[in-house]
Amino acid sequence: MAQDERKTEPDAAARIRETQASLARSRSAQAASVPLIGPSTARYESREKVTGQARYAGDVGPVGAAYAYAISAPVARGRITRMDVSDAQRVPGVLRIYDHQSMKGRVKPLAILGEGGYAATSLTPMSGPDIAHDGQIVGLVVAESYEAAREAANRVKLDIQATKPSACFGDPGLRTRPLSEVRKTKMWKDPKVGNADAAFSAAPLKVEAEYATPTQHHNPIELYSTTCMWSDGRLTIHEPSAGVNILKHGVAEQLGIVPELVDVISPFVGGMFGSKVAVTSRTVVIALAARDLGRPVKCVSTREQGFTNATHRAETRHKVKLSCGTDGRLASYGHEGSELTSRTDAYTVNGTQNTVHMYAWPALDTKVLMVEADRNTPGFMRSPPEVPYMFALEVAMDEMAEKAGIDPVKFRQINDAQTSTYENKRFTSRSVIQCLNQGATAFGWSRRNPRPGSMRDGDWLVGYGVAMASYPTVHVPAAVRVRVLADGTAAVQIAAHDPGTGAYTMAAMIAGQELGIDPQKVRVEMGDSRLPPGPLAGGSNTTASICNAIAQACSNIRVRLNVAPGQAVTMALTSGAVEEYLDWAPPGLEAAKAMTANYKGQPEFWGGAAGADALRFAFGAEFVEVRVHARTREIRVPRITGAFAAGRIMNKRTAHSQLMGGLIWGIGSALHEATEIDRRASKYVNDNIAEYLIPVNADIPAVEVIMIPEDDREANALGIKGVGELGNVGTAAAIANAVYHATGKRVRDLPIRIENLLPDVKRV
Amino acid sequence: MRAFTYQSAGSAQAAVGGTSDKPGSSDKRGDGATVFLAGGTTLLDLMKLDVSRPAALIDIGEATQQLSVIEATAAGLRIGALAKMSAVANDTAVNRDYPVVAQSLQMAASAQLRNMASMAGNLLQRTRCSYFRDTTWARCNKRVPGSGCDALEGMNRLHGVLAVSEQCIASYPGDFANVFVALDGSVEVLGPRGARTIRAANLHLASGDSPAVETTLHPGELITALYIPSGPHTRRSAYVKVRDRQSYAFALTSAAVAMDLQGGTVRDVRIGLGGVAGKPWRSAEAEAVLRGQPFSEALASRAGEAAFARARTREHNAFKPQLGALTLVRALMQVHGMEV
Ligand SMILES: Cc1cc2nc3c(=O)[nH]c(=O)nc-3n(C[C@H](O)[C@H](O)[C@H](O)COP(=O)(O)OP(=O)(O)OC[C@H]3O[C@@H](n4cnc5c(N)ncnc54)[C@H](O)[C@@H]3O)c2cc1C
Repeated sequence: MAQDERKTEPDAAARIRETQASLARSRSAQAASVPLIGPSTARYESREKVTGQARYAGDVGPVGAAYAYAISAPVARGRITRMDVSDAQRVPGVLRIYDHQSMKGRVKPLAILGEGGYAATSLTPMSGPDIAHDGQIVGLVVAESYEAAREAANRVKLDIQATKPSACFGDPGLRTRPLSEVRKTKMWKDPKVGNADAAFSAAPLKVEAEYATPTQHHNPIELYSTTCMWSDGRLTIHEPSAGVNILKHGVAEQLGIVPELVDVISPFVGGMFGSKVAVTSRTVVIALAARDLGRPVKCVSTREQGFTNATHRAETRHKVKLSCGTDGRLASYGHEGSELTSRTDAYTVNGTQNTVHMYAWPALDTKVLMVEADRNTPGFMRSPPEVPYMFALEVAMDEMAEKAGIDPVKFRQINDAQTSTYENKRFTSRSVIQCLNQGATAFGWSRRNPRPGSMRDGDWLVGYGVAMASYPTVHVPAAVRVRVLADGTAAVQIAAHDPGTGAYTMAAMIAGQELGIDPQKVRVEMGDSRLPPGPLAGGSNTTASICNAIAQACSNIRVRLNVAPGQAVTMALTSGAVEEYLDWAPPGLEAAKAMTANYKGQPEFWGGAAGADALRFAFGAEFVEVRVHARTREIRVPRITGAFAAGRIMNKRTAHSQLMGGLIWGIGSALHEATEIDRRASKYVNDNIAEYLIPVNADIPAVEVIMIPEDDREANALGIKGVGELGNVGTAAAIANAVYHATGKRVRDLPIRIENLLPDVKRV
Repeated sequence: MRAFTYQSAGSAQAAVGGTSDKPGSSDKRGDGATVFLAGGTTLLDLMKLDVSRPAALIDIGEATQQLSVIEATAAGLRIGALAKMSAVANDTAVNRDYPVVAQSLQMAASAQLRNMASMAGNLLQRTRCSYFRDTTWARCNKRVPGSGCDALEGMNRLHGVLAVSEQCIASYPGDFANVFVALDGSVEVLGPRGARTIRAANLHLASGDSPAVETTLHPGELITALYIPSGPHTRRSAYVKVRDRQSYAFALTSAAVAMDLQGGTVRDVRIGLGGVAGKPWRSAEAEAVLRGQPFSEALASRAGEAAFARARTREHNAFKPQLGALTLVRALMQVHGMEV
């Protein structure tokens, strides 16, 4: 697939070998000298963004567009017996109203992402009268205006034979199965080492407790929207997408057309946190409506619809068992996680795959259970496995440290594992001790009086808490085109995504650095399926994947132009341009297979615990102070410190933002965010951002981010680990631990709320 | 949102002239009726959610100049109905002489909303009950009179424990109205049949008694001004609001306290409670415990208990009587310690 057209003459070949060798020499010299924490560069598009000039997918308002509004199922389980549209049809401007009968057979089934498909749910949109979850799209109104479409949708009357749904853990009618039996494509074996039960029984000190995390929704500020238009049999989709090739291939498959006929354009994504990667139900029905009507159709989902038409973080339950000796050395780890999913898909995060590597326990036993309810299918949300599983483990660690009478920072240091007992793999780098030490010093951990409830400031009880963060370092194959022009500029094209993280700037920085030109002279194009297929934005892979790919392509150009390291490659060009198209695959993947999959929008992840040689992970230690009002029990977090070691930091400013944002997100996860569900009806209740709380400025007085230099050329050539999903791991545990320290009350169920800390709740 | 007619009125008289006294079908100011549009931060939301379906809107924004005075005299505080929440919250005299009024507004909503929202609209904001705001729930006596109440056995953490019943447990969500009723304020009203004054205590009807009809305003009646009499208690006053996050959240519980304290004895006290009742709530029970007594923390606790003696809780709001009582104690302690 490489489109490298260079013709190599004999003496040129020798010259190239020489350049290559000198490049390699200078690389290792550079590795020693280049600072591991890169420059602090503001995002190049920041001015465009703050002045409202950046064009997001939802800003596209094509001439002659019609507007669509989805009709949502009002119940979680049942069958539609009749849909009366007579009143709706009378609304002026209504063009067409679709129901399952008019859509029947028009959308082909699509498997979910990770199971060989591209979808967020394997439920085929509007394919029949059955309702599988609340808010399911059961109809679509298309009208001349958004307002008319909405009014007509409100006037549609549905007759439904409703059945009692099962909503949550503990409800009758759920189906529970071990993940090891559910997995269809990828085999899953629950990690286990030695005899954890026996070790637990024999140990002198034990903790055994249950933990719970709630349903959460991403709620990116930018709403979910789709605009579809057809021209000569080609479909163009404008949709905020962090997986343009996933959307392209998925929608093509649903429509039964070749993917070459579908283009997806999404230059900016206004936040997504995992919610805009897989194909959701709305896109294909809007595409069909646009084809039927012969004009563009635009649909912007409401905030409420976003709660059911996209994915969410699944509710989880955990049983954790830890034991240790009187010396504080862990003897065993047991973890049974239960994850709530839909009846249609066994979406799992199976976080034990990562937690088993956290500490030096000689024996461990884990299990993941899938619990199927009448809900929409969950999906990935920032640090999918770590947020729930690390919460349970890191609170249990605090409980264990207390039992052992050891300071929780020291307890984690005693049990640090440079080699994981599971599969006996070493880490390419693991700076847990450094994170704990530097974080503790900066935070002032030594001022902590270990006795719970012992620290106070006026009306406020004060508590300090600590927990670890960890996140696997993963990579995804990426194709990239780099063009260098004689005028001293360059262009990088890669269908990667910038959901506000600074990926555009990072791409320009690495290209500028490798080509020896000013990064501001590098034009970067992303977020468009017509570009070379780059990585989806997920698993915090973007920086590692695209920087390695771009650096490799640039260095190929340097070799081709035979320019010595350190000099601008453009020197060798007097006219025209030189172009390099490269397919980059992470070193642990079989390149040819990985490429084929990448060109089908099925990117394979590599890294984390998957490497045969070693484990690739980033770590952090988080320290929080909480204050609990002595009388009315409001819980506030006046300050938080996170110390992170995540390999080479490409852009200090944007990495800082990601980690800081992660810490803030973690505060929300601990104290604010929870989607409430009415258990009788399996319907979300607080499906708006007035009642679904996230932290506001006043909740975040002080955030300190420490980035610890970490040199790890083994993780990948450039030594980059991801930071996007590291900061928010463990934060909820650190806060729960601090709340315990402040009040003596151990809360194991998130979010922690005022009522959990009141002395005694009387019921009437 | 449904089709409606729209007109703008430049004065109170013009606004009232444009109305009809035909009541709406559920809330008599709502469905099918002629409805005033002030800042729109409650009304337009509910129209988009298809909860409110007025036939006609009369935009009173153009009457703002006429209806937005803030006037503090020795007798009391007069506020035009269209004064912005932010203007009242930032007013020097209000902050000095009626701190509880200023604080209840400063702690309400967000800066953007306070800049948009009017004082009359604030009083008349409607409940945040999810079963009211989401039309896919079949039973809501507020929205569909006689249909029942889905909140009774549903997610009812934000719901009321006072002035509620098996018919409706929706809480009144606002902050300022609890102060208004505690300070014995009144509204001046202009209607098709002339002007009248309504005491704050008689303005709102309790969710528990009258889910669908929320106020005693007649169809077509416009609030033109709010009035709060001053007294020896108004300066020693404060508003305490307890919520899940530090700002921009409705009260789980709140307490408005104004106290006339003479030599350690409570000569007079006014107590309003928010987040806990089916209407803006003045706690006569708590006031009775305190009035005439030497102040102490123990007395404050007894007042807190008295305030919630008649509370009826549900699954998720079982904590409210206790938290409400603690909130009141905190407010009383704070006010007692004030230097005035
Ligand atoms: C996200 C969010 C958070 C909020 N948080 C809080 C909070 O913490 N505390 C709090 O107290 N409030 C809060 N609010 C409510 C907010 O204060 C009210 O929406 C606002 O005060 C309403 O004023 P308005 O002028 O916008 O009223 P509108 O929406 O214009 O009107 C509201 C109602 O009053 C009627 N009306 C308006 N003016 C008159 C008049 N002069 N005479 C007769 N009828 C009239 C209208 O017909 C309508 O029925 C919040 C609102 C939102 C959206």
